[in-house]
Amino acid sequence: MNTLEERKALIEATAQRMGKEIHTESPAKATEPRTALQHESPKLVSLEEAIRRTGLRDGMTISFHHHFRGGDKVINMVVAKLAEMGFKDLHLASSSLIDVHEPLIEHIKNGVITRISTSGLRGELAKAISSGIMQEPVVFRSHGTRGAAIANGDIHIDVAFIGASSADPMGNSCGYSRSENAKSICGSLGYALPDAQHADKVVILTDDLVPYPNHPASISENLVDYVVEVESVGDSSKIASGAIRDTKNPRDILLAQQAARVIINSGYFRDGFSIQTGSGGASLAAVKFIREEMLHQGIKASFALGGITAHMVKMHEEGLIGRLVDVQSFDKVAAESLKNDPMHQEVSANEYASADEAGSATHLLDIVILSALEVDVNFNVNVLVGSDGVIRGAIGGHPDTAADSALSIIVCPLLRGRIPCVVDEVTTLITPGSSVDVVVTEYGIAVNPRRPELAERLEAAGLKVVDIHALAQRARRVIGNPAPLPFGDKVVGVVLDRQGRVQDVIKSIG
Amino acid sequence: MRLRRTMMFVPGNNPGMMQDAFIYGPDSIMLDLEDSVTMAEKDAARLLVYNALKTVDYGDTEMVVRINPLNTPYGKKDVEAVVRAGVDVIRMPKTETAEEVVEVEREIEKVERELGCLGRTKIMAAIESALGIVNAYAIATASKRMMGIALGAEDYCANLKTQRTPDGDELRLARETIVVAARAAGIDALDTVYSNLNDMETFRREVEYIKTLGFDGKSIINPRQIEIVNEVFAPKEKDIEKARTILAAIKEAERKGSGVISVNGKMVDKPVVIRAQRTIDLAIASGILKKEEVL
Repeated sequence: MNTLEERKALIEATAQRMGKEIHTESPAKATEPRTALQHESPKLVSLEEAIRRTGLRDGMTISFHHHFRGGDKVINMVVAKLAEMGFKDLHLASSSLIDVHEPLIEHIKNGVITRISTSGLRGELAKAISSGIMQEPVVFRSHGTRGAAIANGDIHIDVAFIGASSADPMGNSCGYSRSENAKSICGSLGYALPDAQHADKVVILTDDLVPYPNHPASISENLVDYVVEVESVGDSSKIASGAIRDTKNPRDILLAQQAARVIINSGYFRDGFSIQTGSGGASLAAVKFIREEMLHQGIKASFALGGITAHMVKMHEEGLIGRLVDVQSFDKVAAESLKNDPMHQEVSANEYASADEAGSATHLLDIVILSALEVDVNFNVNVLVGSDGVIRGAIGGHPDTAADSALSIIVCPLLRGRIPCVVDEVTTLITPGSSVDVVVTEYGIAVNPRRPELAERLEAAGLKVVDIHALAQRARRVIGNPAPLPFGDKVVGVVLDRQGRVQDVIKSIG
Repeated sequence: MRLRRTMMFVPGNNPGMMQDAFIYGPDSIMLDLEDSVTMAEKDAARLLVYNALKTVDYGDTEMVVRINPLNTPYGKKDVEAVVRAGVDVIRMPKTETAEEVVEVEREIEKVERELGCLGRTKIMAAIESALGIVNAYAIATASKRMMGIALGAEDYCANLKTQRTPDGDELRLARETIVVAARAAGIDALDTVYSNLNDMETFRREVEYIKTLGFDGKSIINPRQIEIVNEVFAPKEKDIEKARTILAAIKEAERKGSGVISVNGKMVDKPVVIRAQRTIDLAIASGILKKEEVL
């Protein structure tokens, strides 16, 4: 007296009590060979079809990443398609925009793009925006702040378009490919991960559609709505050159030596320390000097963070750096290492630097070396707007790493040709002086008065510690007082702080 | 004691390099109005160098300007401009005779007299020919203003009908003559440039070699060469310790009024003391020892 038929009444009663429907029959089983079935994935559509199916409408927000840097092809391709399809009034939220995105100027003028959120702007696009071609100011956030904004809803992404160097028909995607047809590689997709996690719809564009399963994947199929196969998502050669090339610029070498000496004598150079550096000549050269000293003293780093470079990979492979924590791969060597080395791990912008997440990596960072366009006598830093008033840079992770690290070092020549880089007041406030500890110039090292113990240690080590006012004065003596910039009244850019509050505005010029 | 381990050549028509040269810490900077400046740019370069000397803060770095020879249309104007700008040293190119030094001195004096700073400007002579080598001692002693003589190897080799080799055999006599003439005159001896920036190992060997010969330093063309020269010229810790022991023994002996001194069983005579003092001076000047540590 216990057959399925006999339990029918009981099933009905239980279903009713639970408020659930009653099972009838299973869907017909598909019997095709699974390799054939893959290509019938409902997610696999053309770009136009993907756009249509996402339900994108005028006025909505679309997002992109910039992991291919100067080689990116996705933004121009997608926005051109959107323009062709007649979309207007879109908000473009990219992790950053660079020279290669110059075609956006036309789309702005035609009303396709009416709002932009980004970390940076360069080239002709930056000049056009500085001159005031947009009605709405561009909103600038650091990488950590963008991640946080996407997570907390300050930026609501309707559709994320994510370029990937490999994806399977279900949407499992990576910034590299393990197939022999690999066309591109950008390594980490860290800045695109918040978009993938929080956007209403996610469209993957890939130039290497690989068979399922593309695991381990950076972006899981769970997060992906559509997969679009395209000719090319990016030119990897423009991320940065693959080879490690040491700078021969004597000034960069001098700055690097000084920065390395600051680190070595800072009190933070001890076994298990963690470090982040940029990709500029001086930063890379500093890593070389630090490496020598690590070998000399037998010190090892626990992890290197951030934009990972070939130098960091080399030190990791030598056993000098335990782990690589990678939100952005700065060159091909780093991208390949991310693909092949399990101790080289990808992290999202939020895991990297969100102020909202206590566990983000920047909080566990000892030392960061950063660059600057300008530093002022209050240690405020500008990395976004040139001293001619024109936007020409990116916030990147600058304020995030400076604020969260134990020791932030800005490496910056006092003079770039006729441009003074230590000034009375920065053109635009990006990283507040309260989070900057040391400024290294070729004319001496300035230590924030907040850190007297640091100044003492550096002086004891025989480093030339100078008052930052003396540096500014020296620059002025050589160059004179620059004429005030002819800013207009229009606000063309807004800089948000790490909490998403308005910190500064950028005025039109030119 | 002024160190002249490195004299860095900077073209007198390159404002960026003139402005930056100081940051690398060469002992002397030589702004060049001669070979690195084309005829068409001579006047512009002179103006630039004048203004650089007047406006850029070079700190303690010794400032040298290489002028054009007086028998060119530029030489006298060069002297006038740089003396007015307050240069430390005028470097004469292709010096062959003592008379040439006297002529330059005369030009310097004219300007200094007008400015009321008679005797301020020093002279150094680059010797770049066989005749110059033959006259080296006469050149080195031609004026009270002479602070050093230097070898210019390219022109010298051309004049000798030979070329430069990695081992520098062709320069042996010239180098030794210059050191001996300089020491006899009580002034400094500076070696010629080494131009292959991609071969730092050979450069280092050459610096070690000329240091052994007795040179005070080397002309350099790139900041990257500074560190190597300074390393080679820096007294070794062992030598510093030895020098300190010797000087301490001397002091002790003077206190006791004893004549003959011995350290570790070896007699210490005057040359040993002079060398010890020089080691300490060099150690202080190169920042290895602090002055107060010695006393």
